[in-house]
Order: sequence, then C-alpha cells, then structure tokens
Amino acid sequence: MAYSNKVIDHYEHPRNVGSLDKSDPNVGTGMVGAPECGDVMKLQIKVDPATRIIEDAKFKTFGCGSAIASSSLATEWLKGKTVDQALEIKNTDIVTELALPPVKIHCSVLAEDAIKAAITDYKKKATPVETTVSA
Amino acid sequence: MKLPIYLDNHATTPVDPRVLDAMLPYFKDNFGNAASRNHAFGWVAEEAVEKARKQIAELIGATSKEIIFTSGATESNNLAIKGVAQMYAERGNHIITAATEHKAVLDTCKHLEKEGVRVTYLPLKGDGLIDLDMLKESFTDKTILVSIMYANNEIGVIQPIREIGKLCKERGVLFHTDAVQAVGKVPVNVIQDNVDLLSLSGHKIYGPKGVGAIYVRRRSPRVQLTSQMDGGGHERGMRSGTLNVPGIAGLGEACAIAGKEMAEETARLTYLRDKLKAKLESSLEETYINGTMEHRLPGNLNISFAYVEGESLLMGINDVAVSSGSACTSATLEPSYVLKALGLGDDLAHTSIRFGIGRFNTEEEIDYTADKIISVVNKLRELSPLWEMFKEGIDLSKVQWTAH
Repeated sequence: MAYSNKVIDHYEHPRNVGSLDKSDPNVGTGMVGAPECGDVMKLQIKVDPATRIIEDAKFKTFGCGSAIASSSLATEWLKGKTVDQALEIKNTDIVTELALPPVKIHCSVLAEDAIKAAITDYKKKATPVETTVSA
Repeated sequence: MKLPIYLDNHATTPVDPRVLDAMLPYFKDNFGNAASRNHAFGWVAEEAVEKARKQIAELIGATSKEIIFTSGATESNNLAIKGVAQMYAERGNHIITAATEHKAVLDTCKHLEKEGVRVTYLPLKGDGLIDLDMLKESFTDKTILVSIMYANNEIGVIQPIREIGKLCKERGVLFHTDAVQAVGKVPVNVIQDNVDLLSLSGHKIYGPKGVGAIYVRRRSPRVQLTSQMDGGGHERGMRSGTLNVPGIAGLGEACAIAGKEMAEETARLTYLRDKLKAKLESSLEETYINGTMEHRLPGNLNISFAYVEGESLLMGINDVAVSSGSACTSATLEPSYVLKALGLGDDLAHTSIRFGIGRFNTEEEIDYTADKIISVVNKLRELSPLWEMFKEGIDLSKVQWTAH
C-alpha cells in the first residue's frame, strides 16, 4: 500500500510522543481501541484552567502507520485550541489532511474518538460536581 | 548489498538463472505444441515435457506417468479435491481437512459443502501440528478424502505426513497433500509418505509462475479424478489444455536443482534462520515464536513482537520485504486465520512477522534485517501505550477496552 508523504512524515517523525501526568486535574486522558483490533490510541491534553486553552498534548499509539499519523496530527492540531474548538475537529479533516485511503478511515475515527475521550475525561475532572474521581 | 532485501520467499521466489536458461529455448526456436505427434516441432516440445515430468517424479519418489501438469497449485488443489469428491461420490461424501490450510483448499471445500459434501475442519494444537488422535476420531464410513498440507505457508510447520498417510491407508481413504511449501525444501517421498495426491508449484521453488503439477497415484490404489475442464483430453484426460512447455521445462529444472542441492541449502538456510532468531531474541524481550521450531521449514521464522502492530513495523523496515499476520496487511482486515487457529490471541496475531529466507539471501542481508527490526521495534515500543502499560506492570488482559 502506498502511503501519502504526510503519513510517512508523521510516522518517521511523530509529534508530541509521550505521556502527561494522569493525576494532574488539568490533564485529560483518552484511551480508545483494543489490542485485539490492532489499534490502541492514548491521547492526553493539558488545559490551562484560566483560558481553557490546550497548552500541551501528547500521544502514544499501537497501530498501523495511519493510526500513528492520525494521532500525531491530532496532537498538533489540539495545541493552542480551546477545549470547545478541539471538539470541532472531525475525522474527515484528518482523512483529508493525511490523504487516507478508504480502508484507513477507521484510524481517523479512532483519533476523533481519542480527542473526545480526552476532553470528556478532562471535563469530568475539572467539574467539581462529582466528587468521586476514578483513577 | 543491494536494497530492498527480499525475505518473503513463502509468497514467491525469484527464478533461478539456471531455470531460466532451461526455459528460453522453448519460447522461440522450439515453440512446438507437445501434442503435435506428427512433426519435429511437436517431438522436441514433447521431449522437453517428458524430461520435466521425470525430473519432478524423481524429486518426490513418483513415476513420470503419475505427474499431471497444471497452471499452479491452486488448480492442483481444486482438481484433487473436486476431482475426488465427484469421482468417488458413490463411495462417500465426507472430507477431512485442517483449519490452517491454504485458501485454495479451504474455499474448494466450502464450495463442495454447498453441493452436499460434508467437511471436517480439524483444529490444530498450539504448536501448529495436527492432533492425530483427533484425526482418527474424525473418520467415518463416508470419508473419501483427507487433505492436509505438508508444510504451512505462514508458520512453516511440517505436519506428520507419513503418519497421516498411514492412517488414511489403513482405512482405504485417499490422502491429498498440498506440498507447495515442502517440495524441494524438505525430503518428500510419496511412497514412504503414503500420499495419493500431491500438489506442487513452480514459483515457490525458484521456477516460473503459472505452472504447477499434481501427483496422482497409479498403483495401490490407482486414483482417478473427474477432470474439471473439458477439452482435448491432455494429461491422461485429467487436465485438458495445451501444455505450457517453457514453464514445464522450468519447473522440471527447478525440481532437479532443488533435489541436487537440498542438503547443502537446508544447512545454509537453517544457519541463517537460526542466526536471525538468535539476534532478535537476544536484543528484544517479549518476542514469541509462532509454531514449533522442531518440525519446521529451514527458511521460515514467524515471530510476534508484542505491543508493536505488524503493519507499522513493516512500514519502518520498508527496505526489507517480509509479511505480517496483522489485519491491516490483509485484504479482509482480519488477522491471520492460521495464527488464530493456533490459539494465539488476536493481539499477538496483529504483531506477527513472517520471514521467508531463500536461496539467494546472504548473511549480510540477515544481519542488516535483524539490526533494522531491532531498532524499529524499539522505536515503536516507545510509541506504544501497550508497552508503557506492560512496563508499569498492568495486566492488559484485565483492561476494559473500548473495542470499535
């Protein structure tokens, strides 16, 4: 299968690889996918509580080149956006940017799911309504 | 050393230059039809075909008359299984095969199931071998054929063909083996192995694509097949169609070379394979060999690198041609059914790589490949959330995943 140059670039030079402190109240963690399905993405955001701007984003991905590229691109796009702006990122934007072939669209869906999961986690932590915090 | 390196010799092999030399005269100068009995052009072609028939027969312990030429192993498998099912329909309608057979066998069996044939698909033991007791229990008085491959194309595991053949013989059941990966690589003898039908192919043994053969036993018992194509009645009526003379000449030469050089080649490939295995295992933890090492083709290594997805690994070693059991590399988006049949979890199937070392690989290429794999696996593990969790001591089997 021929990959686009952008996929290859993200694969060869993945942006923002790493992990943020899960227990930090300003960090939201999303983990989506399953090893049996061949892809797992972990995406984390660190939000400035005053401005609600995402000041840092990190990822780690087990999956094919397109999955790695989709999550790498997602972290690039997240940085500097507000939480609400981040929710507007659509999987189709990732498909277009990386020129993903039809069989790889699920990788972009997974990346969108990871963004949503990280934001949900952050909101849950940041909203002091629920006092029970699960690890 | 020239890049890219070809280490996918179970998929296909390059044509040996000596094989090509044997083929070339039959394209242009000696272009005759082997079925033309009344002129020199035909005689020369026929002579080439009969020479090849003898070379093939010698490699597998058969006689020339028992070799039928086909377009390849897919056709041979179709002809063997459908041909027996139709010819022996009055005797019974039950076939036994295994879950890890090639699709040319499995899909042929599925086709026959729609026509009322009953098929038993034997599961495999964790080491990739057939459970002979289970096979014994699967025979019924309606069983007419057992079809079990000689050596597997993904994990290289060699089945106990002789024992399987004996069980079939004792029960008067015909035994077919898809020996595409085994012929020319390990000693095959249809008499000692109790084989009645055997499929082989040119392009897996440094011969050309588009040519293969089927061995059909002529004595004790004399096996008959219903032909699957109507036409001029070539090949004792079992396979009509003008013979592919250059291809057949090449297949014959490929068999002759394989037979002559087998011992030496086996030693060399085993050395290279074991070196690759040792290098990978000593530098990388959490690697798993798929299938037994004890009964295995010399050039095969199938190994899972836990927590690293196969396709992403292939992408990182793009100057080395290997294949993966990962879903992402298959047309069906399903992980390897062979690895799954060994009871391997989907997660390990996704992380598997198949190396197929062949006649033209060098030690330098193996060293380069090992170093490259090690560096890419390490890089991808740094990227893998599963590796991170494993290192934190988290039991991944207990994690609640959000499957999609």
